[in-house]
Amino acid sequence: MKFWRTPLDHDQIVIPLGQITIIAARCKGCGVCETYCPRHVLSMSAEFNAKGYHIPQVTDQAVCVACGLCQIMCPEFAIYVTEVN
Amino acid sequence: MTAKGPLCGEFFINGDEACAEAAISAGCRFFAGYPITPATEIAERMAERMPHVGGTYIQMEDELASMNAVLGAAWGGAKAMTATSGPGFSLMMENLGLGIITETPCVVVDVQRGGPSTGLPTLVGQGDMMQARWGSHGPYEIIALCPTSPQEMFDLTIEAFNLSEKYRTPALLMADEAVGHMTERVVIPPAESLQLYPRRKPTVPPDQYRPFEGGANGVPAMACAGEGYHLHVTGLTHDERGYPVTTDPAVQERLVHRLIDKIRNNRADIVRVESDGLQDADVVVVAYGITARVATWPIEMARAEGIKVGWLKLITAWPFPEDLIRQLAGRIQAFVVPEINYGQIALEVERCAGGRARTILVPHAGGDLHEPHVVLEAIREAVQVSNIKSQMSIKT
Amino acid sequence: METNGSASVKDREAAADDQSHPLDHLLRQDRLPHIWCSGCGLGTALNCFLNALIKSGLDPDKVAVVSGIGCSGRVAGYVAMDSFHTTHGRAIPFATGLKLANPRLKVVVFSGDGDLIAIGGNHFIHAARRNMDMTVVCVNNFTYGMTGGQVGPTTPTDARTSTSPTGNRDHPFNLAYLAAASGASYVARWTTLHVRRLERSLTEALLKPGFSFVEVISPCPTLYGRLNKQKTGLDQMQYYKEQSIIRHGADPRQADIALNGQIVVGKFVDLDKPSYLELQKG
Repeated sequence: MKFWRTPLDHDQIVIPLGQITIIAARCKGCGVCETYCPRHVLSMSAEFNAKGYHIPQVTDQAVCVACGLCQIMCPEFAIYVTEVN
Repeated sequence: MTAKGPLCGEFFINGDEACAEAAISAGCRFFAGYPITPATEIAERMAERMPHVGGTYIQMEDELASMNAVLGAAWGGAKAMTATSGPGFSLMMENLGLGIITETPCVVVDVQRGGPSTGLPTLVGQGDMMQARWGSHGPYEIIALCPTSPQEMFDLTIEAFNLSEKYRTPALLMADEAVGHMTERVVIPPAESLQLYPRRKPTVPPDQYRPFEGGANGVPAMACAGEGYHLHVTGLTHDERGYPVTTDPAVQERLVHRLIDKIRNNRADIVRVESDGLQDADVVVVAYGITARVATWPIEMARAEGIKVGWLKLITAWPFPEDLIRQLAGRIQAFVVPEINYGQIALEVERCAGGRARTILVPHAGGDLHEPHVVLEAIREAVQVSNIKSQMSIKT
Repeated sequence: METNGSASVKDREAAADDQSHPLDHLLRQDRLPHIWCSGCGLGTALNCFLNALIKSGLDPDKVAVVSGIGCSGRVAGYVAMDSFHTTHGRAIPFATGLKLANPRLKVVVFSGDGDLIAIGGNHFIHAARRNMDMTVVCVNNFTYGMTGGQVGPTTPTDARTSTSPTGNRDHPFNLAYLAAASGASYVARWTTLHVRRLERSLTEALLKPGFSFVEVISPCPTLYGRLNKQKTGLDQMQYYKEQSIIRHGADPRQADIALNGQIVVGKFVDLDKPSYLELQKG
């Protein structure tokens, strides 16, 4: 992460890292997770699931901070994040 | 009123009051209702007495809410009741159907009055009998009892609770204003001495429980909310788990067939009549509610004239005693059916008589009771040999 | 088998059995995926509700969910708690009986704008008047979705629906105002965009005695959205993002929603007044 000024507690704060799990069978390709991810971790893939929906894929795993917004916004209970450290 | 529990003893009370006391004796601890003449006294008595026994009285904003609150309370584990008359009964129809398909035990009292529509709020009628059977939409069976006195208002309310629990269905008490507002001696036995049918609970753990799978007599065990069974109860057609299945006619067939068989196959247990003089009768008077009492005097007079006339009182109007009527039709001349409507139970009698005996309807639009001589004339006419057996005739 | 989403779709679908969403224990997984359309906000509303339920600390075995008829009414079928899918408009009186017969239950009514406010309107205002002990979540998508997108009591003026093809002439109810005026002790409104705040309001509502009401403005892409030039859930959420304004404690009278107009959200009412059950003890 780039800072214009190093925060005083920089060495104490650990920025979380999240791991995304996508339950492909449940996804309906609404795109809410991709649109509202603040770190732009996800993008809708070209592939389809069994129901014919484009599902999201993780394009930038390293910047996911496990904020959980995709998990709580997803109407299908098809995506969740677990914090890894 | 100083009693703090169910009553016990001899009382001089009216039918409505007896009905409320019976509910309390039967263990009813939830009443939701709306004021309507001539059933208001039931609500008023319950408002006073429910707190005495730790129960809940709530006056809802309309009869639709009352019926639904009763269903909700039943699923909360309580024995629940509501009481109304014709106009309110009409409002309850949709949710009576919800009670039937969800197999919810509860009691609905209809103290019938003159109809149709607003009609005669303070005077007797018996015009809701077919509505009791078919008022809600869709195919179903129903249990309906008809009291003829305040004592029977008490006894049959207990019976209604028992049947509703035993068969997991709403049970109707089809009273009428004459019986509801009549004040007579009512003997109330101690509540502990009453034979009450307890709600049958599941004996298996939640993952094995099928809330809509019929037991031995077609009736499922009933878990209630908050018992850890994670029920799903829906008014949609559902499978044995309770999950809606709205695209498979086979599931519809299984469910509806079981609901209907649940009542029809147990007719021997449910159907009750009281009778006198049927064994050598040429004419049988079939009546229910207050009219069953009214009919006893013309029958006495007819017997004094030498006519062999039997008296058949329907305690359960639904299921209708088809087998008995069919059997009688084989050996009698005619049925005489006095009722305070223009032919409802008479249609059932005619149907079951199958053209082998005449059916003579003695109608009355409502507002007061039949004059005895009108019924007597119908009996005299009935005993004459006639070739017109297949058509119901109406005594005017 | 966990996957970071970069395995092939087929592999991920095959691994579905091993994947367990944190809310799966509160859902009837054998009923998922649910019937709601892609982009519908009901799933999000339910997601926030289940999170709120966990945060509230209530025992799910003692929670009963009652719903009516409509897309929102289907919520009852997806929660792994005692749930009751009742007739149109009658969830609230059913919930009343359920709660009064067993006061230890926490009863939640989850239904839609047409079900709760049109046919169920009378029951809504009376339950609020009584401050009946229940939480009512109204998912407001401005239409009757299940039956094909007809006009409803919350449809904004001039909106097009299948039964107002030239534009709705009626003025809609302002649900927050209606609930507050009827006597609710807790009234909040959020959209499905405001997930964290919605979750917090739902947690408060669940723990509040008396009648607590949370209105959730939600997209209906297939019908309302399509007929009003906001075809996808994302389009409608973009509208919420641009037009919603948080005003805690606002006077609900000032919170009408015009077509594509401002949506005032927030917690409007949070009163300490005796609930129905508390009053009965007196």
